[in-house]
Amino acid sequence: MMADLYDVVIVGGGPAGLSAAYSAYENGAKKILVLERDRELGGILQQCIHNGFGLHHFKQELTGPGYAGRCIDLIKDKPEIETLVDTMVLEVHPDKTILAVNPKRGVFTVQGKAVVLTMGCRERTRGAIRIPGERPAGVFTAGAAQRMVNMEGYLPGKKIVILGSGDIGLIMARRMTLEGCKVVADLEICPFSNGLTRNIVQCLKDYNIPLYLSHTITKIHGKDRVTGVTVAKVDEKMRPIAGTEFELECDTLLLSVGLIPENELSRGLGLELNRLTRGPVVDQHRQTSQPGFFAAGNVVHVHDLVDFVSDEADIAGKFAAQEAAGTLAPAVKSVEVEAVSGIRTCVPQRLHLPAEGEPVRFFMRAAAPDRKVTLEVKCGGEVLFTRPLPVVKPSEMIAVDLPAAKTALMKEKITVGLKPKEA
Amino acid sequence: METRIMNCINCPMGCELTVTVDEHGKFVSVTGNTCPRGAQYAKDEVTAPKRMLTSTVRIKNGFLPLLPVVSAKPLPKEKIIACAEALRAVEAAAPVKAGDVIVGNILGLGVDIVASREMAAK
Amino acid sequence: MKFVKECDVVVIGGGITGTAILRELSKYDLKAVLVEKESDLAIGTTKANSAICHAGFDAPVGSMKAKTNVRGNALYHQLKDELHLDIKWCGSLVVATNEEEKATLNELLERGRVNGVPDLKILSREEVLAQEPNLTTAVAALWAPTAGVMWPFGCAIAFAQCAVQNGAEELRNCAVTGFIKEDGRITGVNTTWGVIKTKYVINAAGIYADAIARLAGDDSFTIKPRKGEYILFDKTASSSLVYGVAFPCPTKKSKGILVCTTTHGNTFIGPNANDQEDREDTSVTLEGMDQIINSAKKLVPKLPLGDSITLFAGLRAVSSTGDFVLGASPKVKGLFNAAGIQSPGLSAAPAVAEVIVEALGQEMPLHKKADFKAELPETKLFNELDGSGKAAAIRQDERYGRVICRCETVTEGDIVAAIKAPCGAYTLDGVKRRTRAGMGRCQGGFCGPRVTQILARELGIPVPEVLKERQGSEMYYAKFTAKEEK
Repeated sequence: MMADLYDVVIVGGGPAGLSAAYSAYENGAKKILVLERDRELGGILQQCIHNGFGLHHFKQELTGPGYAGRCIDLIKDKPEIETLVDTMVLEVHPDKTILAVNPKRGVFTVQGKAVVLTMGCRERTRGAIRIPGERPAGVFTAGAAQRMVNMEGYLPGKKIVILGSGDIGLIMARRMTLEGCKVVADLEICPFSNGLTRNIVQCLKDYNIPLYLSHTITKIHGKDRVTGVTVAKVDEKMRPIAGTEFELECDTLLLSVGLIPENELSRGLGLELNRLTRGPVVDQHRQTSQPGFFAAGNVVHVHDLVDFVSDEADIAGKFAAQEAAGTLAPAVKSVEVEAVSGIRTCVPQRLHLPAEGEPVRFFMRAAAPDRKVTLEVKCGGEVLFTRPLPVVKPSEMIAVDLPAAKTALMKEKITVGLKPKEA
Repeated sequence: METRIMNCINCPMGCELTVTVDEHGKFVSVTGNTCPRGAQYAKDEVTAPKRMLTSTVRIKNGFLPLLPVVSAKPLPKEKIIACAEALRAVEAAAPVKAGDVIVGNILGLGVDIVASREMAAK
Repeated sequence: MKFVKECDVVVIGGGITGTAILRELSKYDLKAVLVEKESDLAIGTTKANSAICHAGFDAPVGSMKAKTNVRGNALYHQLKDELHLDIKWCGSLVVATNEEEKATLNELLERGRVNGVPDLKILSREEVLAQEPNLTTAVAALWAPTAGVMWPFGCAIAFAQCAVQNGAEELRNCAVTGFIKEDGRITGVNTTWGVIKTKYVINAAGIYADAIARLAGDDSFTIKPRKGEYILFDKTASSSLVYGVAFPCPTKKSKGILVCTTTHGNTFIGPNANDQEDREDTSVTLEGMDQIINSAKKLVPKLPLGDSITLFAGLRAVSSTGDFVLGASPKVKGLFNAAGIQSPGLSAAPAVAEVIVEALGQEMPLHKKADFKAELPETKLFNELDGSGKAAAIRQDERYGRVICRCETVTEGDIVAAIKAPCGAYTLDGVKRRTRAGMGRCQGGFCGPRVTQILARELGIPVPEVLKERQGSEMYYAKFTAKEEK
């Protein structure tokens, strides 16, 4: 079967894929294909009907569908950009051929001169965190419930307990309340919440929904349908403390316990994956360990702001276009970027050198909440760059732009960490 | 005089604000904001708190069964639940463009509810 | 109570035992009806066990367990092709981690020889590691090449489909509530569907087999539930676990907590063995998980616990007699028991069916059908087809081109086929078991809502009425009232 040949093929038509497509186009790619498995473009944004998106990227506060719409508008009338929905990518091969399937075309192959992976992520499940109990109806991951409520028109239940105070859980607490349901409580295993402060206020505090920090669920009750959960306080190692158990009556449990980048296709390709981010190791061009394969968005590391997803995808799209045009010079040298002391993860994990004249944006996450800290970027033991950070939280990604002048100085391994505080 | 601590919700920064109010609960001053919207938020929050409403309405003949909608401006916080309930009775009709007014002047509060996205007909 | 139907034999219970018996009965000129109280076949013990087709060395010499295990294992080797059963003949290892356990291996070897198990052998540590490099604590192992791993639910459905294609019937949501007797013998059963007139009843009611027997007037045995809990891992974790089956040395209570990779490629650890009174409690417990994890670590020290994807538990039906209860009831004329079917029940099922039908033949004349259709048409899932197979499937039905379950690559065509097939699905978990949609790493997060909507469409019911599994397991509520929708 002859494969259709494109400059850039993009796997995933959510905000990352759409932004990468537009960026590839702006950077000269003439034939771009976006492959999307859902029935329409826009990815997870279409079900995120709340607002708070786009303040950085579009300088306007938008809802999720609104942001998706703006991304779609940018690409929809461009003859250079083709999109296929209802299309599942089955395999991505090292020779940049992609096997996909949809009802109209059947199984077909396309090929790109460059490939951008933007598959997003999935939700951590009950089985992954091993909550004891039966397996009744009424246990949903928050995102799956969100889709049903916001797009299909069905409620997951009436009396709801939420596990996890990440943004998805917080948003669903408010959403279910607005739909007339009773949200009994939000339980968070960490001693601090993992969601944006604005969401704690407008989703929990506004509706008097109690947030129990350092608590978890030790059993789900109900054989056919959830009837309640047993909750316990946890110690500093996050283990339930015997004797602290209490019961909460409910018919629904929503799990907001983490997102995992979806890298099955990346694994199939043999891309180097980072153990902590669970996504491909990428350089400042968002090129992976395999030349010609780029990645951006939640598939690289889970973001909390879609604006940063678009920024990252802009980078991937730009350099994918250059790769397709043959103008992306191979690296003369590669240096590792290591997250240390106080910084848990940092993307990119590698720098493709020479990097003169290019500012580099680092996206990183702190390991624990803290105030009045200083970020230090060091190269070979020397401090290259510092930035004071008034507040850091693991749940809020930090974006730091290293100016072009500084990137010219990077010749060996870089470390990114927090300066130890004065005693 | 009394001080209240609150977090601004206007953007993901969530700046911690220290708001001073007088003995009648009237706004006096605020510190901790990094932009003017934060100051306005503090003022509103102690005087007449407002919130944006996002929800969905049924849509007839649409590509999807529900249309996400958003209030064009913030609404009085204490009216949010009532507005959400009022939307249950609404049925929009496809096709719809992003920004189309779906409910004008909801509950007489002077705020329109508009479509968050375009929705093609089936 | 209203009369529903009349037949020659009623089989109570649609698990591996009941469906195997139904299939065996369907070889004869008689009308057989299987009644299952739940909404799908095989959702009791058959769907929550270790899935092993045992070689037969473990069962006590001379027991029905031993006899039917060895015969059943041989029958499965034949049935695999006829019924396209999902079985991988990977053999099994019983692992000894010290000298004392090595002695037990020799006992098992001898017992197996007496039971008639072919080709048993003791392997050295090097030989074990060559096969299973992660069993680093092994000093030796008993190797049983005739053992295998099967997909028990699939086998039960295949047995039922074979029976149905030969004229038998299966009724769901049909619980037996009483027996009708005349002159001391059975003339019918009362069920939640109504009265079924019949002279012969086969009790394959699993955990409730003693309750059913007592209902008929037979109190010759009791059943005690013994729970076994399991943790199942993502497919990517299998390479750090085992390729086949590894048992620890057995105890009196159970074969022990094993590490085993299913026919689908997921590895599980379990089961423990804890007696309980409750016949409905299949909850997984924290203590139970600790038991299985600690025990499995003795075989595979580096367990990839971060890669678990689901937990489940099943209840073994342990008979007070210490063996299977097979044959004509000593107390009730017309009743036959196939009870106490704990391990090796899966492996024994086709042989248990033979025993039961032979016993039935002592009481009623049985004429073999000349036209018994032994083979099932082969149906493959989309992801099992080759390139041209996939293309053909989509040309015939474009729904095979729409992937619904991303983790396991299950298409809408597969899901619709699973609903429409004989002995088909009408619940979310029923679709899951037949297609694997929802069994992957996201555990139905993405496909669950879509499968639910496909079920609603195909069954012609509103989404809020779609069940996850049993009655009472509706998953969604309508957002709007009928008045609001108008």
